[in-house]
Amino acid sequence: MRGPDIQWYVILSAILFSVGALGVMLRRSPLIILLSVEIMLNAANLLLIAFSRLHGREDGQIFAISVMAVAASEVVVGLGMIVAMGRRHVDLDVDKLRTLRG
Amino acid sequence: MANFLVWVVWLGAAFACLVSALAVVSFRNPFYSALALIGNLASLAVLFLLLSGEFVAAGQVLVYGGAVMVMFLFVIAYLGDKSEESPWSGGPSWQIVGAVLAGGAILAEVIVVVGLKAGDFLSSPKPVTRDFGSPAALGRLFLTDHLLAFEVTSIVLLVAAVGGVVLGAHARQGEDPTEVHART
Repeated sequence: MRGPDIQWYVILSAILFSVGALGVMLRRSPLIILLSVEIMLNAANLLLIAFSRLHGREDGQIFAISVMAVAASEVVVGLGMIVAMGRRHVDLDVDKLRTLRG
Repeated sequence: MANFLVWVVWLGAAFACLVSALAVVSFRNPFYSALALIGNLASLAVLFLLLSGEFVAAGQVLVYGGAVMVMFLFVIAYLGDKSEESPWSGGPSWQIVGAVLAGGAILAEVIVVVGLKAGDFLSSPKPVTRDFGSPAALGRLFLTDHLLAFEVTSIVLLVAAVGGVVLGAHARQGEDPTEVHART
């Protein structure tokens, strides 16, 4: 069982990362920006696991699991802020959000 | 033959991964974007399995595809219809051109570096035993070499949970007072 070499995973991860970066730069809804950040984090995770396989050591997978925990925390805080904005009837558009004060 | 099958699975997962990522970025309705992200996470889990990361693949499906995405869908449903115009509509603006150029630059850099410098280094993965990436092996590493990372992760999760509660409580204070009164 050989399958594709690691460079294909690297290239796929680069494409995924740039698609996520495009989403962050193009979309205005904070919800979709959070989803795009998840895509970028997952591209990094794919790279970590690919190199963990290349070197035959599990440390990269440990790092990937830590990244997952950080991503979950980021989603909790980000969604909390979005819900707070929604309850105050603030427009969900990052171009119109200029200040952090309620 | 086995090599061919692995390639077929890899190509299918990579294609699903890219298409669903593009769908997340270009759907108008955030609910559809979140559903497309579930497909993206599932196909990434297949790629993790091909890289013999069994435990990470299971964690990806459970933590991301299950918990995080359910939270996303609840929040999107709570906020109601927040559709916006498609990012590709209305012709090319300077923002779209700039974003595509920046994204393309990242991609071109990585591909050029991999093509020029990697050579045979990336095509000769070290042989691994059967229990590579198994829960037992990862758990042993977590409790020996990476104990500090394990503990720091738990503190990060605790702080995030407290932060979520605090943000929710503040939002309740900022609600319309008549609405709160009507509920009590």
